[in-house]
Amino acid sequence: MPEQLAFTIEVFLNGLMAGVLYALVALGFVLIYKASGIFNYAQGVMALFAAMTLVGIQNGQVPFSHLINAILGTDVHHFGWHVHSAIAIVFTVAVMVLLAVCVQRFVFRHLVGQEPIILFMATIGLAYFLEGVADLMWGSEIKSLNVCATEGACLPQGLNMWIDETTYNAFGYGFFIDNLDIVASIVAIILVVGLVMFAQYTKQGRAMRAVADDHQAALSVGVSLNFIWILVWSLAGFVALVAGIMWGAKSGVQFSLSLIALKALPVLMLGGFTSIPGAIVGGLIIGVGEKLFEFLIGAPFLGGATENWFAYMLALLFLVFRPQGLFGEKIIERV
Amino acid sequence: MFYREAGDFNTSYAEDQQTFPIKFDRYRYYVVLFIAIFVVPFIINDYWANSFLLPFLIYAIAAIGLNILVGYCGQVSLGTGGFMAVGAYACYKLMTAMPDVSMFIHVLLAGLITAAVGVLFGLPSLRIKGFYLAVATLAAQFFLVWLFNRVPWFYNYSASGQINAPERDTFGILITGPNTEAWATYMFCLIFTIASALVARNLTRGSVGRKWMAIRDMDIAAEIIGVNPLRAKLTAFAVSSFFIGISGALFFSIYLGAVEVGEVFGITKSFLVLFMIIIGGLGSIFGSFAGAAFLVLLPVLLKIVGVDWLGWPTDIVAHLQLVIVGGLIVVFLIAEPHGLAQLWRVAKEKLRLWPFPH
Amino acid sequence: MKYKLGTLAVAGLMAASPVMADLVFPSLSYRTGPYAAGGIPFADGYADYFTMLNARDGGIGGVMAKVIECETGYNTEKGVECYESTKGEGALVYQPLSTGITYQLIPKTTADNIPMHTMGYGRTSAANGKVFSHTFNYPANYWNGASGAINYLLSENGGDLKGKKVALVYHNSAYGKEPIRTLQELSAKHGFEFKEVPVDHPGQEQKSQWLQIRRDKPDYVIMYGWGVMNQVAVQEAANIRFPMENFIGIWWSGSENDVLAAGDKADGYKALTFHGVGDDFPVFDDIQKHVVDAGNAAGAGDQIGTVLYNRGLYAAMLAAEAAKTAQEIHGTADITPAMMRDGMENLEITEEKMAGLGMPNFGPSFSVSCDNHGGPGLIGMTQWDATAKEWKLISEFSETDMSVIQPLIDADSGAYASENNIEAGCK
Repeated sequence: MPEQLAFTIEVFLNGLMAGVLYALVALGFVLIYKASGIFNYAQGVMALFAAMTLVGIQNGQVPFSHLINAILGTDVHHFGWHVHSAIAIVFTVAVMVLLAVCVQRFVFRHLVGQEPIILFMATIGLAYFLEGVADLMWGSEIKSLNVCATEGACLPQGLNMWIDETTYNAFGYGFFIDNLDIVASIVAIILVVGLVMFAQYTKQGRAMRAVADDHQAALSVGVSLNFIWILVWSLAGFVALVAGIMWGAKSGVQFSLSLIALKALPVLMLGGFTSIPGAIVGGLIIGVGEKLFEFLIGAPFLGGATENWFAYMLALLFLVFRPQGLFGEKIIERV
Repeated sequence: MFYREAGDFNTSYAEDQQTFPIKFDRYRYYVVLFIAIFVVPFIINDYWANSFLLPFLIYAIAAIGLNILVGYCGQVSLGTGGFMAVGAYACYKLMTAMPDVSMFIHVLLAGLITAAVGVLFGLPSLRIKGFYLAVATLAAQFFLVWLFNRVPWFYNYSASGQINAPERDTFGILITGPNTEAWATYMFCLIFTIASALVARNLTRGSVGRKWMAIRDMDIAAEIIGVNPLRAKLTAFAVSSFFIGISGALFFSIYLGAVEVGEVFGITKSFLVLFMIIIGGLGSIFGSFAGAAFLVLLPVLLKIVGVDWLGWPTDIVAHLQLVIVGGLIVVFLIAEPHGLAQLWRVAKEKLRLWPFPH
Repeated sequence: MKYKLGTLAVAGLMAASPVMADLVFPSLSYRTGPYAAGGIPFADGYADYFTMLNARDGGIGGVMAKVIECETGYNTEKGVECYESTKGEGALVYQPLSTGITYQLIPKTTADNIPMHTMGYGRTSAANGKVFSHTFNYPANYWNGASGAINYLLSENGGDLKGKKVALVYHNSAYGKEPIRTLQELSAKHGFEFKEVPVDHPGQEQKSQWLQIRRDKPDYVIMYGWGVMNQVAVQEAANIRFPMENFIGIWWSGSENDVLAAGDKADGYKALTFHGVGDDFPVFDDIQKHVVDAGNAAGAGDQIGTVLYNRGLYAAMLAAEAAKTAQEIHGTADITPAMMRDGMENLEITEEKMAGLGMPNFGPSFSVSCDNHGGPGLIGMTQWDATAKEWKLISEFSETDMSVIQPLIDADSGAYASENNIEAGCK
């Protein structure tokens, strides 16, 4: 196989993997937007908050310890125990559900029926608030995340080496795929299949889809909007946790985790704000597109670091031909 | 109680159209202007200028610009940071290429250049709407920042890629550089802010503004009654970018003096200005000022209270700042979803009738 | 942080009534935002050293030192606010710890006659004191760093880098672009191939960059990164199985934060430094005794002995020594910022001085002069030991190639001088 082609394929494969990671973040946006029409700016911060909570629980950190120490003059930092990651995940999910309940109870219940831009703005307030709380709760230093999945330990070690060697023997070129990315892809597939099954086959899931289709009609057949909204926010919280784990595994859990939302926006544009398959396909297209562009044009001719804007340009190009995104609902305008 | 009036008895269109129909408001406006022009410059010092007034005035211009686009024309944009960068770099190139020309002209030219760039990136708005457009304008944001970082011509081939404002004056008074007087920079920005507000106010209540609002309220209906969406949207982009370009030029040359494009004009700036107009009130010039004041002054005030008065550790104060600002945004929204401007309007309405509301 | 917020409030109010006798050292720190992980230990080290001086020596020359901390969040605008609000308090020297804030304070501090110390960051050409009268960047700057890395590679390869490939992975900002010119010059001089690989802020996604590196197979990778970019780069380098001992970070890419997330895979990663690492210095006993045990440690008190904490400590030590020098020159204990500037310009750090402070061999010995605000530019190399979880100094602090760097400094500072009508010369 010619070298250049092999490299291109490798970049393509890695682009797919990166796309899966983008899609993971985008999923959270889609869930909430579909069910309640809220463009949730706080999704990135939720990922940060979830990951920080997970690490905090795992390490037995005392929440708000810095604040407590400053007020009471105590010197508490850790409970002195380590929680197994599975249990910590359960607790974190509980915290995210609690957060969903609070968000619904204290914010969006009071804003029912407002224009989208106002709901968007409420999520901005929420993002600020959560960011502050997360830092106060767990401190803003960088934390390393150890869940079995993040080390790739759930997979046989050296899986990527095996891929490398096998492909080398077969094609004369060893492809590189990161263990973490393989894990992320598997997790993403499970997550999406789970979400789809949930939406298709459970009572709550059907109610959720009913609300997404038409609030009023759903209300009139006895679906509790309040419950459904808490449900989608919890689900989005869960997705945020998964995204937080996957991204946090690479970089450690720190503030920058909240910026992954920016990676999801072009995916959303491309896939449509309302479509779960759209988020996945959009993620893959963006991932592959930006990696290939950087590899073939950006780095050799434009000096590199083109990925950030190219993702948006690509999405923009798609939108000019399909203004509602790839899978978005057709916008029908009437006077 | 403040207001003593017996009803609207306008006898001419001019009276009906005026910005401050109530005498009391008008006088208050004059008093504020008077204080801003004739009192503040004499008592201002570096700290007040650089920590409060300059950022407030400059962000107010940016907010007015964005409000024209988002609040009046209904095109949500997240490219503000990028357009401010265009203004800043245009101003830098003009300043260094023509050192003898007055700063007024440089800043205005920077605004015009930004307007041209704004129109270019406004073209997709003809096809794309709503949040899709918002995200599409992010393409402009990221691309422009990358461009200014990448092409050495923009930063005159300096080793690090930063731009520094050299000393320039207007009418013999130093405006940029480290040796400026606080009052000079303040007055320079104030003139631009007042002019921007006046121009924006008069544009938005004229036929251009009505076309924008028609497009905002329903573009298809507007098209049917004869508003050309192409022209309306692109003029909105042009005018909006013009103001944003001016604010970017001032931000760089007067306020900061040195700029690193990715840090200063990054995506956070775009969001910040958008937050300002949403919090202040969409489609309101007063709202632009209120929002800018809220997001510029509140964090500094909280910092002063927390760190300087209470002596708390800086990191706790910084985190609490986020919690309080975020909490206040939500509380304001629940109290009044249409921003501080609407809150102000409602308060005035109540005061007009007080103490006998019926 | 053992006292209560209530008492802190009282103390704060009392401090508000001016006690002008204090020597004020503002610390423009960032304990929040994207670079908090790097800002916290530095700020802790900076504050703790002065707390220790106050408790152990009764201040500097008999005058108490006071650190005013101001949170910038690495944000230029907040930096302006911090500068304006602290300069009235008699601030002696600024340490902005941010390239953006540095650039914007260079003209301001000069106009206000307050010195600024940008240790190992900021504008490299500020080493030319004839143009940048109030900016100091001793003991080493970015261009020394680039040259130090190449020198180290030269020594590893028996003085010959011909035909080798060196890639620079850098933060696509003013900071990251600093070493490019130096490395280009050096590649022409030593005949190695040089390749730039930029990473855009914040740098969470570096797949394409590391695939490029995997394809091009450079012999060595040098990194100028900061914040989340470091952790991801180390992780990705480990993933593509790039040999870690051939991967060299600048000092801002060489703290515990940057390697811990990658676990064992980061073992062998190298980073440049200009000061000592670890807590095996007598000064740490004093800090334990006078600061930690007394309950006065800054922040959470859990950063002591980390690389960036030591850097903060080192910065504080240099500031305190400069203040002492200023006190000697001017014969007064209560120095002004202008005197502080003179102190910094005549600063001399010797081995005996450092040993006397409990920091033997903590950094190179050097002296500052008007011509040279940048110090000697001696660079050491550290390596990460993942099992012991500590950085180890693996080389001497050695000379860098000033024959390449000095012309670059002269050119850049000359451009700044002509752009801003500065007459170069010693005051």
